[in-house]
Amino acid sequence: MDVLATGRGEVRETLDRARDTFPKLVRANAERFPGKIAIREKDYGIWQSFTWREYYEQARLIALGLASLGFARGDKTAIIGDNRPELYWAVMATQALGGVPVPLYPDAAEKELQYIVDHAEVRFAVVEDQEQVDKLLRIKAHCPRLEHVVYEDPRGLRSYREPYLTSLAQLQELGRKFERENPTHFDEEVARGGADDLAIICYTSGTTGTPKGTMLSHRNLIVTAGNAAAVERLEADEDILSYLPMAWVGDHIFSYAQSILTGFTVNCPESAATVLQDLKEIGPTYFFAPPQIWERILTNVMVRIEDCAWPKRRMVRFFLDVAQAMERRHLGGQPVPLWQRLLYPLGRLLVYGPLRDNLGLRRVRRAYTAGEAIGPEIFVFFRALGINVKQLYGMTEASVFITIQKDRAVRVDTVGTPIPGVELRISEQGEVLYRSPGVFLGYYKNPEATAQTMENGWVHSGDAGFIDQEGHLKIIDRARDVGRLADGTLFAPKYLENKLKFSPYIREAVCIGQDRPWVAALINIDLAAVGNWAERRGIAYTSYTDLSQKPEVYELIHQEVARVNRSLRDDAVLRGAQIRRFLILHKELDPDDEEITRTRKVRRRFIAEKYASLIEALYSDRDRIQVEAQVTYEDGRTGTVRADVRIRPVEAAAPGGP
Amino acid sequence: MSQASGPLLAVDGVSVRFGALVALNRVSLEIRRGEVLAIIGPNGAGKTTLLNVVSGFYHPYEGRILYEGKDRTWLRPYDVAALGIARTFQNVALFKGMTVLDNVMTGRVLKMGGSFLQDVLYWGPAKRQEIEHRAFVERIIDFLEIQAIRKTPAGRLPYGLQKRVELARALAAEPTLLLLDEPMAGMNVEEKEDMCRFVLDVNAEFGTTIALIEHDMSVVMDISDRVVALDYGRKIADGPPAAVRKDQAVIDAYLGVAHDSTGGGLDGPLRNLPQGVAAAKPPLERR
Repeated sequence: MDVLATGRGEVRETLDRARDTFPKLVRANAERFPGKIAIREKDYGIWQSFTWREYYEQARLIALGLASLGFARGDKTAIIGDNRPELYWAVMATQALGGVPVPLYPDAAEKELQYIVDHAEVRFAVVEDQEQVDKLLRIKAHCPRLEHVVYEDPRGLRSYREPYLTSLAQLQELGRKFERENPTHFDEEVARGGADDLAIICYTSGTTGTPKGTMLSHRNLIVTAGNAAAVERLEADEDILSYLPMAWVGDHIFSYAQSILTGFTVNCPESAATVLQDLKEIGPTYFFAPPQIWERILTNVMVRIEDCAWPKRRMVRFFLDVAQAMERRHLGGQPVPLWQRLLYPLGRLLVYGPLRDNLGLRRVRRAYTAGEAIGPEIFVFFRALGINVKQLYGMTEASVFITIQKDRAVRVDTVGTPIPGVELRISEQGEVLYRSPGVFLGYYKNPEATAQTMENGWVHSGDAGFIDQEGHLKIIDRARDVGRLADGTLFAPKYLENKLKFSPYIREAVCIGQDRPWVAALINIDLAAVGNWAERRGIAYTSYTDLSQKPEVYELIHQEVARVNRSLRDDAVLRGAQIRRFLILHKELDPDDEEITRTRKVRRRFIAEKYASLIEALYSDRDRIQVEAQVTYEDGRTGTVRADVRIRPVEAAAPGGP
Repeated sequence: MSQASGPLLAVDGVSVRFGALVALNRVSLEIRRGEVLAIIGPNGAGKTTLLNVVSGFYHPYEGRILYEGKDRTWLRPYDVAALGIARTFQNVALFKGMTVLDNVMTGRVLKMGGSFLQDVLYWGPAKRQEIEHRAFVERIIDFLEIQAIRKTPAGRLPYGLQKRVELARALAAEPTLLLLDEPMAGMNVEEKEDMCRFVLDVNAEFGTTIALIEHDMSVVMDISDRVVALDYGRKIADGPPAAVRKDQAVIDAYLGVAHDSTGGGLDGPLRNLPQGVAAAKPPLERR
C-alpha cells in the first residue's frame, strides 16, 4: 500500500544532547529568558506570575524533596488536580529524576483511580488538595506500591496524622536540606536523562474497555510539539489558558511541551467555575477547545441573545446571518456578494468585535478544535466572527498532532494536511493509519493491545476516512460506528448528532440505526438553555428529569429534530437516514455513570446496553415507557432515578420541500 | 483549644420576656474556647432569642452574660461585634444590590480606620488599608470557594450561596466567636454537606469558636463537640451529642408531649433521632 500523504517541511529528528529532555529545556529557558513569565495562576483574585527562573527553581526543589524521600529512576508519580503551576512543576521534577509522571483526572471516582494507581505501579503522588488526598487514603490499602502522598493545598489537612502525608512546602524544605548534603544530585540526575527516556504515561479513558497507559518519550513529545509549533509559527509571546484536564494528552502538549519549547506563558484559571471569566481576563492568543466547549460557548451566546431587548436581538441575528453566509461561501471557495462584503465591517463594529472581546477571544491568532468532529454550523459560527478556528486531528498515541488545517486552507469537512514528519495511508477497510516521530512506545504493561494497534510503526487510528484531491484528510466517523440501516442506506451517527447538537437546547445526542428500519435518537437537553427558555415562558419545573419530560420541551426539541431532517432532505446519500422517532433522556449522560468518557465522547456500546429497553421502545409503537436508571453520585455512591419517558415521532422531510 | 482558663462566654441565669411570654427562663450555659456548640430544640424553644441576647440585640430581664470573664450583659450589637463576636441570620440579611465582594468587605468595617477625607482622596493610609482588607477578604473568598461569584450581586444568587456569602461576611470580621443561626436551613443535601465542611474548616483553620442553631440531627451529630437542648425557654440537656440524643427530656420535647405539634410540616430534619422520635413532626418555624 502506498503512502498517501506526507507532511512537508523540516523535520527535526536529532536532538541536541543539552536540550533533549524537558528538564533540560526548562533549565535552558531559565538561562535564556530568566525574567520572562512562564506561568500564571489566578489566586486570591490576582494573577500571580512565575518566571522561567522561578519555574525551574520550584521544580528543582520539588525534585530534591522527592529525592530525599528515596525517589529512584523509573518511579512513577501520580499527578492529580486541576491545572496548577505546582502540579506542572511536579511533572518536571519527576522527569528530572528519571521518573515518569502519570497525570490523572481529578474527577475520577475511587475505583478508576485505584485501577490506574495500581496498574501504573505509582509510588509517589502529588495532588492538589484534601479531596484527592481523601481518595488516595481510601485506596491506599489496595495499592501497596503507593508510598508517599504530597499535597499542595493544606486546607483541611492539618489534623491528618498519616506519616506518609507531606505538604508541598514541607517537601521543598526537605529538598533544601537534601541539597546541602547532595549539592550535585539534581544536575547529575538531569544529565543522566536522555531523549528516549519515558516522559509520561497518559491513561486514555477510551470509549471501550479499561484505560490503557500510553507511553510517550521525550523525543516523541519534543519532536512532534516542535514540528507543530514551527508549522503554526508559535512565538514566545503567546498566552494560553490551561483549563483542560492535565491527564489529557492535549493539555500536556499545549501547557507543558509547547510552552517549554517556545517559552510562552501558561495561565491557570482560579477554579473550574471561573474558566469563562478567566478566559476573558487573559485573552489568549493560542486557544484550544474540544467541540463541546465551543458548543457551550455558543449556547451561552445564544441564551444571552434571547434575553436581549428585541431591537438588539434583531440586529445581532441579522449580522450573524450575514457573517455566516459569507463564511460559508469563503470556505466553499465561492465568491462573496458585494453587499455582504460591504456590510461586514459594520457588523464587526457593532457585533463581531464586541462579541469576540466579551468571550475573551479577541487576541486569538489560532484556535483549534479537536478530540471529536465539530458540527459544521458551530465551526462556521466562530469563524464568521473572525476567530481563526481550525480543525486538528490528533491522538494520544501520536503525541497529539497528525494533521492541522493550515491558515488559508481551512475547510468545514476535512481536518487538514499532515504536519511535517507524519505519513498517512488508508487501509483496505478504509481505516486511517499513520506513522510519525510522535508515535508512542506502546501501552504500559499491555503488549497485546500495543500489537493490535501498531504494525511496523504504523498505527491504526480506528477512524474511517479518506484523503481528498487536495491532500486533506477527511474523517467520516469512528470506523466501527458507520453503519447501514436495514435497507442499506448509509448511516453516520456522529454526523447526525453534531447537527442536533448545533441547537443550543440539545447538549448531547445519541443516534441509533444500525440494521434498523429507520434512525432514532436519544437526546439530552441543555439544562441551562432549556431552563432559561422555560423560565421565559413561565413553565415551572423542579428538576432535570421533570423539565426533560414536559410536553412543551418535547415540542421544542421536535422543532430542532425537524430542522435536522430538513437539512438532510437534499442530500442524496443521507436523505434516507432522517430521524423518525426520538426521546429525551430523563438524566444527563455522565462520565461517572460511564456513559461518556471524561473527555465527553459518547460510549455507544455501553449506552446501547444500558438503555436497551428505551431503544426497543423507540422501535415499537409505544409512546411512553417507564425507566429506572442507576446514577452514581460524585462520592461514588449510587442511587436510582425513576421516570416516565415519552417517545415522539417526527415527520421525514421530502426532497425539495419547504 | 486555647490555654486560657474559663469559658469564652458564659450565660448565667438569663431570662428574656416579651410581655407575658417568657422566651428564656433562667438559662445558664457556657461556650468553651475552640468548640463547636450546637443549640437544638423545638420551635419556639428560645434558640434564636438566646443568640440575640448574646449578640446584644435583646437584653435580659435577669441574669448576666460574661465574655472572657467580664460582664457584657448590657452591650449593644456594635459593641458586641467589636469584641469579636460575629453572627449570621436565620433569614439571609445581605445587601442584595451589592456584589459579593462588597458584601464581604462590609464585614471589615470595624477594622477600618482613617478619616473621611483620606478615604475620599484614596490617599496614603486609606489606599494601603483598602489593599490590606481586600487581601484578607480574598483569602476568605478562596476559603469558602466563592471566587466565581465575586462580582455577582448578592441578590441574584441562589439561597445556598447567599448563606455562604453571609458566612464569609461574618468571617471577614475575624471573630473569636461565631454565632450561626440555622446555617443549613432550606439547603439541599449537597449544599448542607458543603456547609458542614466549611463550618468544620473554619473551626480547624482559624480556631474560631462556633455556636450554631441547627435542626438536622445528622448535621448536629457530625459537627458538634457539644449540644445544648432548649425547650420552652429552659435548658433541658447539655452534653456530648451522643448523650443528648438519648436524653429522655429531649426525646419528649421533640415528641411534643404537651406541645402543639399539630402544625406538621418539617418532615426530614429529625429523621435521625432515635426510634420513635423520627415519627414526630415539629411545627413549622415561624420566621
